[in-house]
Amino acid sequence: MLEQLLVSARSNPHVDPIISVWGWEISVYLFLGGLTAGIMFFSALMMILKKDEQAPFAVNGLSLLGPVVLSMGMTTLFLDLSHPLFVWRFYTTFEPTSPMSYGAWILVLFYPVSILQVLSTFRSGYGLLASLVDGFPLVGTVLDWAERYRRAIAWLALPIAVGLGIYTGILLSAFSARPFWNTGLLGPLFLVSGLSTGAALTALIARRHSERRLFTLIDAGLIVVELIVVALLLVNLSTGAALQLEAAGKLLGGSYTVAFWGVFIALGLLLPLILEYFEIRGMARRLAILAPVLVLVGGYVLRVIAVDLGQETTWTHYTSEFNTQLLDRLR
Amino acid sequence: MTHYAMVIDTKLCIGCCDCVVACKTENKVPVGLNRDWVVEATQGTYPNLSTEFRSERCNHCSNATCVTMCPTGASHYWNGSNIVLVDPNKCTGCKACIAACPYDARLIMHPGGYIDKCTFCSHRVEKGLDPACVSTCPTRCMHFGQLDDPSSTVSQLLKSRKYKVLNPETGNQPNVYYLI
Repeated sequence: MLEQLLVSARSNPHVDPIISVWGWEISVYLFLGGLTAGIMFFSALMMILKKDEQAPFAVNGLSLLGPVVLSMGMTTLFLDLSHPLFVWRFYTTFEPTSPMSYGAWILVLFYPVSILQVLSTFRSGYGLLASLVDGFPLVGTVLDWAERYRRAIAWLALPIAVGLGIYTGILLSAFSARPFWNTGLLGPLFLVSGLSTGAALTALIARRHSERRLFTLIDAGLIVVELIVVALLLVNLSTGAALQLEAAGKLLGGSYTVAFWGVFIALGLLLPLILEYFEIRGMARRLAILAPVLVLVGGYVLRVIAVDLGQETTWTHYTSEFNTQLLDRLR
Repeated sequence: MTHYAMVIDTKLCIGCCDCVVACKTENKVPVGLNRDWVVEATQGTYPNLSTEFRSERCNHCSNATCVTMCPTGASHYWNGSNIVLVDPNKCTGCKACIAACPYDARLIMHPGGYIDKCTFCSHRVEKGLDPACVSTCPTRCMHFGQLDDPSSTVSQLLKSRKYKVLNPETGNQPNVYYLI
């Protein structure tokens, strides 16, 4: 038996007794970042595939949601910073070993391309708004120019969307100190989940039947891929060394079992997959709205589980001798 | 690269926590926060027990994952040595370094918001002095010096005694050694 007691009263906030530095702000940001990746990916892909007839909303209207959703995510990310006045320091350097640094620069690349996407489809997607501003000098010229290069812009957007989606997972997986995160599968998992939530959102908003059907099909395919990646992640964790086994234990019978199996897998993946199957078969139309909503909820729950559980897995386990709550009174 | 190391003799340490107090005084660490701490590790089954006291802090790793993960370069190696410092003027408080440390050795410094940690008292090392914890230790169980110099006390102790580091499997190459 080995008992390791902290005999000096260490109780550093957010570090003891377990690391809890990242909360809902990071989960929301990772979720919205993935969703934005999905939005940008499908608006660009449908443009490249010339699906104007079959999927008019994805081609013309969807891209406007990108900067809106990502800006919400960046707001919560900013709220997480404990030294926020120095946020500009992300942009005075590039740190090649830090995924977060890549992320900060991907976010900067995202905005101009996303705005070009919006401009190139503004007249066809938001005709009323466009007619209001079209009369101004320069605006018409800019819109003309963007429309002429709309497919080139879409090709530019595709790799940025994939980069954004995969980065949200790599961000966590690069932490060797947190055994649950430290697997390369987190990148693909977050990418697929982000694309799936993007497809679900499109299916939720689209009015035309052919478009809803197309995105329901796409989403069902992505859910199957996501289930496979999740299975691989579980195999990876449960065949790992002691630290991975401890992390796996939290999903397989431990404190995250209900959230993971009950909410994420059952309600967030399996149930929408079944509903989408019925929808594709032309059955249970009234429940059509439920599947995409569940996919979005499942995507968020996945981020919450990943962020929270990851921080609980660690190399260092000490028991404190002191009632650390008494220390809070000193602060 | 100047390779600094701390060598702590667990056979001499009595767990008095003077190092903790010395650090708080020297570095004006805010109330309720600590840059170093003492662990009492008891192994075995009664009556065959053995106890080891360890004064712990940032390991000033040669391959520090907190430096690797820092997105702004705020976490950095001091003067090309292995001493890991945080520049408050570059730190955004993103807390990636806290999550990146396998030893959970970093703390959030309130109310400033930036991340703070053990500095190996680089302001004293600069003047040729030992870190405050080392110079205070009443049992003289703590030693500080350069591993590049084969005649230094730390090099000699590691040559002549059995030692360990915490979780060498992390790959971080920690530089706080414990004589056992």
